[in-house]
Amino acid sequence: MAAREAVVAVINKKIISAFGHLLLVACSLWIFPVAAAVLPDERVDILEHQYEGGGIKVSGPSILVRKDIGRSVSVSANYYVDLVSSASIDVHSSGSRYSEERKQKSVGIDYMHDRTSFNLGYTTSDENDYQAKTYNLGISQTFFGDLTTLNFSFGFGEDQVLKNRKIEGSLEGETDPDFRPLDKERRTYSLNISQILTRNLITELSVEADTEACIDMLEGESCLNNPYRSYSYLDVNGQRASKPEMYPLTHNSDAASIRAMYHLPFSASIRAEVRHYTDNWGVSANNAELRYIQDFKKDFLLEIKYRVYSQTAADFYSDLFPFEKSQTFLARDKELSPFSSKTFGLGLTYKLPWAIPGFEKSTANLFWDHIKIDYDDFRDYDNFSKAKVPEGGFKVGEEPLYSLKADVLRFYLSFWF
Amino acid sequence: MTAKRIALGIFMLCMISGCGIQPWVKPYERQNIADSIMSFSRDPVSDSYLSHVHDAREGAKGADGGAGGGCGCN
Repeated sequence: MAAREAVVAVINKKIISAFGHLLLVACSLWIFPVAAAVLPDERVDILEHQYEGGGIKVSGPSILVRKDIGRSVSVSANYYVDLVSSASIDVHSSGSRYSEERKQKSVGIDYMHDRTSFNLGYTTSDENDYQAKTYNLGISQTFFGDLTTLNFSFGFGEDQVLKNRKIEGSLEGETDPDFRPLDKERRTYSLNISQILTRNLITELSVEADTEACIDMLEGESCLNNPYRSYSYLDVNGQRASKPEMYPLTHNSDAASIRAMYHLPFSASIRAEVRHYTDNWGVSANNAELRYIQDFKKDFLLEIKYRVYSQTAADFYSDLFPFEKSQTFLARDKELSPFSSKTFGLGLTYKLPWAIPGFEKSTANLFWDHIKIDYDDFRDYDNFSKAKVPEGGFKVGEEPLYSLKADVLRFYLSFWF
Repeated sequence: MTAKRIALGIFMLCMISGCGIQPWVKPYERQNIADSIMSFSRDPVSDSYLSHVHDAREGAKGADGGAGGGCGCN
């Protein structure tokens, strides 16, 4: 209880501090107003997405509408759906196949005054075993004749973790009435500075601090782990056994990234990005990405990209613990294991040659990403990654390491008013 | 302490802008910068989805403009 109060006190202090700083920025912007900023493009996007790999398939639509009201206000609404069906390797630790639907609805409003713009946003996410609400507040200001843009934003989220009842070996459908709903609060503080350096080069620096905290947990509960997953340990017979995971009650993380875009002389651009991430669970991650975009006479855009990512394990992760409850926190989530991934992406944008009434410009877009993830300490102890099983079988804890390949497709139509 | 320093830096930046530093890339020289292929987020809906794909499968998150709220991966 005392720990919880301490967490709440720290969070409250952070909020007060963040609002104080926001107020200071707002006041300074009010004192030194300069010329004019630009509202986001008025547009409609209709997207169909699909992720398929590692036994999981997620697909669904996303629709965004953004429109100006007068000269200073822009409003937006987004409707997004994830249709998930899974028989992934996590079925080993959850014990069940599942399918589910997530619906996310967002609304936002931007208000522009001279070179300052304010943004307010609200997002809800609805699944039968997870509910989330997120509130966002942001402020942007341009300086030095619009060469520099500074943005600060704050996000606050309230989540509720639930659990579905297992019906005939599947986790579909109903919420488990015996599972106590677990409350979680999230806060995000982010700062972005974009800078035009030359007539062909623009750069951006982003830093973000996130906090997640469980509220009013009973002993043995945590809102931060997946309630279906288990850790793995060696039982008295020297075999793998499993028990529900145990996670800490708070998660704090920091991330910083730098990206740059350079305009090449032949209607092309190149984009580079690096990011570093650390958290209080011991995960440290880096990723880098390179993109090349070629504009073919304004009718076609071709985009090619390559991304690499790697991370270390969380302090409380193990593929196989030596015995039951061998430490306070125990996890076997592959997302917390050490791994590296490579992504190759291709994208094509086609500007539609005919005019659609009410719209100035329309495009059709198709993007494909191929992801390969190699896990360094997450073993496939059921299917053995389709490796040849030696005589007498694999020794426990020495099964083949897991890896997966996934394809991500995005097809969308965009219309500009 | 760090946050206070950042806020102070922002305030100083505003002060300097008020003193009238001249832009070194003139508005008429920004044709290439204004090109749609020079946007960090050309299509927000598409970029937001891809951030979500990464966030759901990687330990790292943040500093990429991704939106929060649920993940469809529970």
